[in-house]
Amino acid sequence: MERKSARQVSKVDRFLTFIRVFLVSLIVIGVLAFIAQQVAPDNPFARWRNPDAVGLTGDQFKGLLMSGLSQGAMYGLIALGYSMVYGVLGFINFAHGEVFMAGAMTGFIASDKFSESGMWESNFLLSLVIIIILAIMVSTLAAVLMERVAYRPLRDSPRLIPLITSIGVSFFIQNAVMGVFGPSTKSYPQLPQWLSKQRSILTFEIAGTKLLVLLVAAVSMGGLWYLVERTKTGKAMRAVAEDKEIAALMGINVNRTIVTTFAVGGAMAGIAGILWGLLFRSVTHMTGFLPGIKAFTAAVVGGIGNLSGAMVGGISLGSAESLAPLLILEPLGVPGVSQLKDAVAFTVLVLVLLFKPSGLFGEQLSAEDRA
Amino acid sequence: MSVSEDAAMGQAAGDDRVALLEFRDVNTHYGAVHILKDVNLAIYPGELVCLLGGNASGKTTTLKTLLGMVSPTSGDVVLNGEVVNNKPISYRVENGVTMVPENRRLFKRLTVKENLVLGAYLRSDKDGIEADLQHVFELFPRVEERLSQKAGTLSGGEQQMVAIGRALMSRPTVLLMDEPSMGLAPALVQQNFDLIQQINEEGMAVFMVEQNANMALSIADRGWVLQTGMVVLDDSAKSLLANPEMRAAYLGET
Repeated sequence: MERKSARQVSKVDRFLTFIRVFLVSLIVIGVLAFIAQQVAPDNPFARWRNPDAVGLTGDQFKGLLMSGLSQGAMYGLIALGYSMVYGVLGFINFAHGEVFMAGAMTGFIASDKFSESGMWESNFLLSLVIIIILAIMVSTLAAVLMERVAYRPLRDSPRLIPLITSIGVSFFIQNAVMGVFGPSTKSYPQLPQWLSKQRSILTFEIAGTKLLVLLVAAVSMGGLWYLVERTKTGKAMRAVAEDKEIAALMGINVNRTIVTTFAVGGAMAGIAGILWGLLFRSVTHMTGFLPGIKAFTAAVVGGIGNLSGAMVGGISLGSAESLAPLLILEPLGVPGVSQLKDAVAFTVLVLVLLFKPSGLFGEQLSAEDRA
Repeated sequence: MSVSEDAAMGQAAGDDRVALLEFRDVNTHYGAVHILKDVNLAIYPGELVCLLGGNASGKTTTLKTLLGMVSPTSGDVVLNGEVVNNKPISYRVENGVTMVPENRRLFKRLTVKENLVLGAYLRSDKDGIEADLQHVFELFPRVEERLSQKAGTLSGGEQQMVAIGRALMSRPTVLLMDEPSMGLAPALVQQNFDLIQQINEEGMAVFMVEQNANMALSIADRGWVLQTGMVVLDDSAKSLLANPEMRAAYLGET
């Protein structure tokens, strides 16, 4: 005989609890095994799952952390665009990864031209500033056009519809770029030695490129924070995000504010595109896909709609991706750990959704706010 | 010529007062549904007027049309003698119309200060804005104490103060109020009406839409009663309070 009551635990709940326990024990055991290994490589617990594990030296750890942070900073920059658009219009703009790709692609085209003319070598800093400006312009334009052509006509439709449209926009841009520039992988020109060489800062060995990435990302995020929190435009953006009708009653031009939001998100993605190009030196028409999805993950991890959440989400996702394979998975004896970055990133998403569905910094959404 | 006839005729000949805001034979539709039917209203400088009516009588539509959120299908909305049918909300706000929305609708995630400053969004006179902020603090000392708090953390009464303050920050000549006593604790309702009266005494015209007909008429100069989109009564507040029809339908007497 089965009794139904409100307190009865459903099968789904049991399954979710099982996953929660499973993932957490995996992490705890992995970390413990790692620590055991670091302390005494020969103790039985350290050798229990993976007798071949070698552990990490301090320098390796710092190196991984720096890679993770610089990668995460890029995720954070892209995530800001997802979060801002979600905040204002309440849907996920899946084509935002393509805005990022447009920036990286612009950077390639411009730097390739500079390299041909010799300016890349003779005046690297000026070329860098120019390609950053160009990438910001192209990405901003792409984001604004996207809003005008694809999303504004759908402003009053259910939020699922612009969401699906954004996937269409994403495919369109990928294929258009492939059609125009071809499907081959394009390589950024060699960076000057003085930039890419290893530097030592506070005992951290870090490649100059990664340092540049972190620096540019920090400045951009600071600039965005100032714009949103301290300027009239920012106040208008936050007002529109909260209540469009009342924002209009204050005399705010709601359409223009939405365009500004897309533009600012696009500019951030453009900067991230250039940083990506400098760091990995290659770009294709598909470059926007995975970083885009990861950045979306970062935005959800941080609490979507929340800007500091997007930044923190990006940085934690990047670090987790870079550290967790060797810190947790290798001691557990999982084979091919260095290939598992993506699995780690999405496991982080699953974990956050299991334990704090609104994200690290997220507010509880009321029913009417939810998409 | 009685006040009610003036209102019915819009800008009346022989009366040198110019209406701040008026409706001339306004009709509105939502799709095929006819909401407002040949409505005439006029709000004169310094008046305290109220619009009464039951549910679905067209009160909210009247406000939305006055502000420009809804366009009339025929007839004119006139602001300071100028037809503003197709002008955006921002134009009307710049020219002295603003509204305290129903349920206050503050930006809850913004601070009280940010809410107030957003009220002056279209203004660029820094000194004037600062002076008006001080004026709001004089009216509501409580608001000044809460300045850096998120608006969502305030109590209902405090939120009402911020909502009125925010509206005053645009330096309006006509203040529209949508159900100002809605959602307030009974003890606060009287205080709220006192406040409206005080703002009006400073010389601002107030147009309020209210369910609480008794209270509203007790402070108002004039009133209109709207029924299924038509103005059925248009008189001074005193006569409306005395009107037997009115007493039966809206003041809960038989």
